[in-house]
Amino acid sequence: MATESTNSQAKSGAGKMIFFVLIGLAVLAFIAALLDDYEGGLSIHPMDQFIVSPLFGDGPVGMFTITNATLWMALAVLAVVLLMVVGTRGRAVIPSRSQSMAELAYGFVRNMVEDVAGKDALPYFPYIFTLFLYILCANFLGLIPGSFTTTSHIAVTAILAAAVFLTVTILGFVKNGAGFLSLFWVASAPLALRPILAVIELISYFVRPVSHSIRLAGNVMAGHAVLKVFAGFAGALGLAGIAPIIGVVAIYGLEVLVSAIQAYVFTILTCVYLKDALHPHH
Amino acid sequence: MADEAENAGQGENAHGGLEAGLEVAIGTDHGATDAAGMPQLDFATFDNQIFWLILTLLAIFFVLSKIALPRISAVIAERQGTLTNDLAAAEDLKRQAAEAEESYNTALANARAEAQKIAQETRDEIQAQLQVEIDKADAQIAARASEGEARIAEIEAGALATAEEVARDVAAEIVRALAPGQDVDADAVSAAVTARVRG
Repeated sequence: MATESTNSQAKSGAGKMIFFVLIGLAVLAFIAALLDDYEGGLSIHPMDQFIVSPLFGDGPVGMFTITNATLWMALAVLAVVLLMVVGTRGRAVIPSRSQSMAELAYGFVRNMVEDVAGKDALPYFPYIFTLFLYILCANFLGLIPGSFTTTSHIAVTAILAAAVFLTVTILGFVKNGAGFLSLFWVASAPLALRPILAVIELISYFVRPVSHSIRLAGNVMAGHAVLKVFAGFAGALGLAGIAPIIGVVAIYGLEVLVSAIQAYVFTILTCVYLKDALHPHH
Repeated sequence: MADEAENAGQGENAHGGLEAGLEVAIGTDHGATDAAGMPQLDFATFDNQIFWLILTLLAIFFVLSKIALPRISAVIAERQGTLTNDLAAAEDLKRQAAEAEESYNTALANARAEAQKIAQETRDEIQAQLQVEIDKADAQIAARASEGEARIAEIEAGALATAEEVARDVAAEIVRALAPGQDVDADAVSAAVTARVRG
């Protein structure tokens, strides 16, 4: 027992040593790469992966052109169908693995809608679940090497966020009429402060779709770009490329986390906005 | 957003400069696949992405609302129902088990009481029989004892009479021996012996 623990300590000590050596190598490699860059050997294009291009042949991207974005959106639909329809085809009382995954996603988002926005928000659950599943599947599909990440594009996330913004705003006025404006009138604040707060609330309300969309696209894009940069180092460094490869693995793990978390964040914010529309009084 | 774009744009500019150098040095051309700034800000592709995104969302929405969600909610409701039924059935079975245990306990107590009663009755019966036998034996013993006593008294009386007779004879002989020639008054000797023997 005692020898084992000393062994593992020795091992972790060795692991730390290796880790620091690798970091050192990475720094050296980076410097070497920078030096190398001046000679024109390093060529990293971290943003190339986001280019939208026609899938068949060359030419301009028109509105109905089938592009790589189209392909990966279609694959996201396929993934949703596989999970939610094919996965649940057994309709079993005791679920299979895929069915329990589908039920887990269902229960997760349904509970989120109910807890955050209240029971009267449940009619909008399919809409929110659609957003969640699309973002989740697109994020995860985007992590397949060589794939195209549709949620890294501001055009996509802006539409998602704008749809939420418009829905919530229209819903707020339909359900509450002019009473929806009380969302901006903080009744619990001192009277003198209320106009100032109203201006702040109004600005923050209109900033919502901007932050809502850029949060998602920015996170996904940044992660993918960093992966690409590290991968570029690995390609340029030869044997020393093992250090950036380890970095890529670590960042990839982080990106898996980010993919799920950003889908969650987008969804829960949607729920929060929906709550404001249904119950605008502070 | 503007900041990001600007940063990326600057990066791209620097990159473009390097690229130009590279092209001069090696003579390759990345122009066709190179991103012009951030591809995210290439507005020419926006309508395309938006069109396909709306199609995608509609597809997912219809798949979910027409097939997946009704199916899953039905499955969950069915499971809930099954669970409730099973729990109720389990409760019922538990109640039955408790009832069965109770009746078993009652039966056991009854049987025990019955056994006790039977044992007591048997014991009483045996006691009574025993008493009868003991009384009988006592009576026999008493009869035997009185019989024995009678015989003892008889023997005693016999022995006393014999002793008296022997004493009278012996006394007469003694008198005769002590006073030869004298006529022995038998009655006087007999009376004297009797007086002596009787104390």
